[in-house]
Amino acid sequence: MANTAALKGINGLREIRRSPASHLAQAMETGSVPGTVVLKEGPFQTMAGVRVDPNSEESARIASVAGGLPARCGEVSGKEGVSVLWLGPSEFLVVAPEEAHDSLGGDLIGSLTAALGDAPGQVVDLSANRTTFELSGPRARAVLEKGCALDLHPRSFTPGTAVSTEVGNIPVALLKTGEESFRLFPRASFADYLGRWLLDAMREFASPEVP
Amino acid sequence: MLLISCPNCGSRDETEFHYGGQAHVSYPENPNELNDREWAEYLFYRDNTKGTFAERWLHSTGCRQWFNMLRDTVTYDIQAVYPMGAPRPSTAVPAAAEAGTASVAADSTTTGTTAPGTSATSTSPGTTKSGITAPEGATK
Ligand SMILES: [Zn+2]
Repeated sequence: MANTAALKGINGLREIRRSPASHLAQAMETGSVPGTVVLKEGPFQTMAGVRVDPNSEESARIASVAGGLPARCGEVSGKEGVSVLWLGPSEFLVVAPEEAHDSLGGDLIGSLTAALGDAPGQVVDLSANRTTFELSGPRARAVLEKGCALDLHPRSFTPGTAVSTEVGNIPVALLKTGEESFRLFPRASFADYLGRWLLDAMREFASPEVP
Repeated sequence: MLLISCPNCGSRDETEFHYGGQAHVSYPENPNELNDREWAEYLFYRDNTKGTFAERWLHSTGCRQWFNMLRDTVTYDIQAVYPMGAPRPSTAVPAAAEAGTASVAADSTTTGTTAPGTSATSTSPGTTKSGITAPEGATK
């Protein structure tokens, strides 16, 4: 994603930051079929990996900063602008807009670290660990179903849930953001592969349906 | 493809998991007292059971948690899934209970990301297929 926000990074580094699938931006635009299925890379996010015992005092402190911690697989908690994904019984991914990062005037990482304090656990800045793909449209589910074995039917995969699974044989966190929209979180090194995989899976929807 | 019921996530494809070898191999009480042969047996010697086998699995692309599983090495039937540290459950599990185990675990995730429909449809071909191929591999 190109630099959209007028954010001042430390030492001007924000201006030269380049997202892992930025080289596919043009391909994703031409590969998208408006009204059917659209793929684009999402804007930079601030992400923090949190490991904490969910039954502890420190987890209650972290929950109050993050807007709750999800209790089980699939759940997403959070508050305005912050989502907390369940990755494991004691592992969570906190996702917030880029400007929540401490180097850009926010305080997400710092306040999570302070909430953990000296207690056992960890808060790690993972903002550069993953990128996000936004896949939306009436055929978005059909695209994902080519490479994801989970039941993505709306009766079981509802908006506001997220799972850590495999799409196109690589590990991703898959968040359902709306009835027909999904956000995929692949690791940065998989961004090129997953971007091209999704584009390939979308290709058939650019042609008229064969009856 | 096996369909494995993760205790945290419900039924998932086998490709999301890593195999961890034989379960219940306990660390020696006093490693210093072992002779070389006993130490080598602790490190490297494992059962090669034909039939029900207790083994460890890791849900590596899901919740990244370890668990134990009772699996038949011939038919690939998964007879029980139980937590690390728990004793091996009784092996007197009727074969028909296998599908029941899977669906119970799937239902235990309230998220519904693993619908009973999926587990039912993908279990049958998986079981059938592995049932055909397993005996051949087991004799190698
Ligand atoms: Zn799991």
